[in-house]
Amino acid sequence: MQLRLNPILCDGYGHCAELLPELVELDEWGYPIVAREPLVRRLEPAARRAVKMCPRLALSLEKSP
Amino acid sequence: MSAVAISRHWDEGGRLLAAVDHGPMPRFSRRELLAEIEASGLAGRGGAGFPTAVKLNAVARAPGRVVVANGTEGEPASAKDKVLLEANPHLVLDGAVIAAAIVGASEAVVAIGRADRRVLKRLLHAVAKRSDHIDVRIETVPDRFVTGEESALVHSLEGGPAKPTLRKPYERGILVQNVETLANVGLIARYGAGWFRERGTPEEPGTALVTVLGAVRRPGVVEVELGTPFRDVLQRVGGLTALPQALLVGGYFGTWVRANDAIDLPLANAALKPLGAALGARTIVVLPHDACGLSESARVARYLATESAGQCGPCVFGLPAMADALERTDVGRLRRLAPQVAGRGACAHPTGATRFVASAVDVFADEIERHRRGRCRGANHPPLLPVGASPDWR
Repeated sequence: MQLRLNPILCDGYGHCAELLPELVELDEWGYPIVAREPLVRRLEPAARRAVKMCPRLALSLEKSP
Repeated sequence: MSAVAISRHWDEGGRLLAAVDHGPMPRFSRRELLAEIEASGLAGRGGAGFPTAVKLNAVARAPGRVVVANGTEGEPASAKDKVLLEANPHLVLDGAVIAAAIVGASEAVVAIGRADRRVLKRLLHAVAKRSDHIDVRIETVPDRFVTGEESALVHSLEGGPAKPTLRKPYERGILVQNVETLANVGLIARYGAGWFRERGTPEEPGTALVTVLGAVRRPGVVEVELGTPFRDVLQRVGGLTALPQALLVGGYFGTWVRANDAIDLPLANAALKPLGAALGARTIVVLPHDACGLSESARVARYLATESAGQCGPCVFGLPAMADALERTDVGRLRRLAPQVAGRGACAHPTGATRFVASAVDVFADEIERHRRGRCRGANHPPLLPVGASPDWR
């Protein structure tokens, strides 16, 4: 699995960086920079929560290519 | 909407610009046509250089519904698509109809910029004279820099703003191909892959249209074989009018290179790669020794910022920040901005702008020093790089 951000939908609420600091950092304007590596199992619950809590539904979990 | 006077150059051996009656359309099966395109090694001529056969295959599986001939050419420094459409509209229309046959589409749309009135007239005349077995339509779209991006173009054609979407057209059975790519498809269908490969290099076969601006005698569009040395390309547009300082290769998503590093290289991506450059849509701007590359680049960086579709945060905030930093010659700030901007949009706009600015900082390092001491070598030079107007998104 891999986290994917839709940058058009994203408005920089930053919830994802709070919930998943291991994979998401914020740029100087508050927009998330999402790690590109495949999601390790240990982080899956936090990732699912981040996806669910995004107010813009800009984050999704997808099968790694 | 090109802001520059453009002349058209071709010679006896030209394929794309010479007015030749190619006769009736050839008849082939879809499979034969696709095999021929594949064997030709044709790569997209719109800038990204993606293998045409791979894209045709992907859309054919979708399955294909519509072919969009992309003649928007929103890049102000490029004129080759407009010149091609005026010179040889039937070649492009043939290519669109053949591509439609390959992917199983029942409709072809030629999209051009709203300001390109002469091109529109020429295309309407051409379409009226044809009797294709599929619907062929001409549509005009807003003259914005990003309109030519595939998803933005389709968004506009479907009634939305000319702004990119995350879902790419090929996933929906929509084949978007640059008009020069389609002109080549039309030629390959008639004369074959072997004929196509008689020109160019084995890795980058064929001829290509090049827009040359700046310090040359007759700025304009010229057809050359891929692999032709830059020096010869400049000769084809009348030769240099001043000692060249740098070349902008690939337009506003492209790369500045020092003139001495590039001028003896062949016009090919393989040769440009060590310089970190690529041909893109083959716009070349020759910067003369007495112009200021920094001021020129800062103006373009500002233009690219205003041309952001305004959808993705890193592009909305990052591009104006980069333009500010370039104007202030704050190189440290530019270094910190680059990784926060490149690769972070739904389309290549922020990435292309970052590449352009980074190459300016590299190539014009001494000009940056000069500006810090309050001097500019181009103080008396008129602006060279054209920037467009920014009309409405619909």
